[in-house]
Amino acid sequence: MDVVSQLQRQFIDYSASLHREGFVDDQFTQLQKLQDENSPDFVVEVASLFFEDCEKLINNMARALEQQQGVDFKQVDASVHQLKGSSSSIGAMRVKNVCINFRSFCEAQNREGCLRCLQQVTHEYSLLKSKLQTLFRLEQQLLAAGGSIK
Amino acid sequence: MATAAAVLPSGSQDLHVLAVDDSHVDRKVIENLLKISSCKVTAVESGTRALQYLGLDGEKGSLGINDLKVNLIMTDYSMPGMTGYELLKKIKQSSAFREIPVVIMSSENILTRVDRCLEEGAEEFLVKPVKLSDVKRLKDIIMRGETEENGGSRVNKRKLEDDGHPPLSSSSLSSSSAPSSPSSPLSPPPSTSTSTVAPFACDLGTTELPTSPLRSSKRSKLCNSD
Repeated sequence: MDVVSQLQRQFIDYSASLHREGFVDDQFTQLQKLQDENSPDFVVEVASLFFEDCEKLINNMARALEQQQGVDFKQVDASVHQLKGSSSSIGAMRVKNVCINFRSFCEAQNREGCLRCLQQVTHEYSLLKSKLQTLFRLEQQLLAAGGSIK
Repeated sequence: MATAAAVLPSGSQDLHVLAVDDSHVDRKVIENLLKISSCKVTAVESGTRALQYLGLDGEKGSLGINDLKVNLIMTDYSMPGMTGYELLKKIKQSSAFREIPVVIMSSENILTRVDRCLEEGAEEFLVKPVKLSDVKRLKDIIMRGETEENGGSRVNKRKLEDDGHPPLSSSSLSSSSAPSSPSSPLSPPPSTSTSTVAPFACDLGTTELPTSPLRSSKRSKLCNSD
């Protein structure tokens, strides 16, 4: 197998595993389809925006949850809602699912539950970030070798 | 009375869409969806900015009279400050811009929310995440001049849709305004979240009320009013 085919195989397999393991869903595939010669870095760009969002929102949630004089669950929920929206738009399924649970705990004003979800969402976000970085690296290698992801 | 033709791009010009969303990620996604569909896009982060862009905020707008005329406004529903609903109202209250179709996008498919928006004159209520097929369908609707004023042609379009698509699961009366049905051969396979289902489908946890004929008649009132 020549280099390009090998790299292509690697990329496809890795992409498939991300789907299989639920890191990304069909929406991510939709976004990949929106990438073309006019916006060749679209997916990387959206992913970067998403990770920025994640960091900002996770910090907001953490700050709100550590308020000693009483947690403003509405505030936490507002951030979780935003994160849920972004993760849904990019196809970050596992992050989105944690957000869904997270919102229930916010509604129930359950601080312990919220803190657990915060931990989970932080974990899922880091995992996804590193997975996507790997995926993008594989894509770069493939393109550099003259192959394409289509 | 201004006709739909007044808001359509003339000749071979591309549709110019004003996209409003406080989420960076969503703005980027909708921008690309629209560009891929050969639309010009102006993306802003708030209702206030949108009104500024249109020149509706009392200040002299940044738009020249016919410079980059906006043919469609797509706005997120939940935004801090001015919601998409409030933006919709302001646009429909303006004599200069009320003809521009406004589409509301929301991650939450709440029936009362959908109704409220449609009653206020929204062209469509799209459930997020917005897909390419949603944008393509919207573009078709707009390009064919399908606004509330053209109550008659909406009926025709529904017929066309029925020819090409399997019937929607419920309340097919509203098919022209519903997001693509998951069972349609032309739409991508449904994502694990059920958010692409038509607003009146009954299986979503967030919908509070079952579909009723009363609801449908409200919709047809919208179609026929001028």
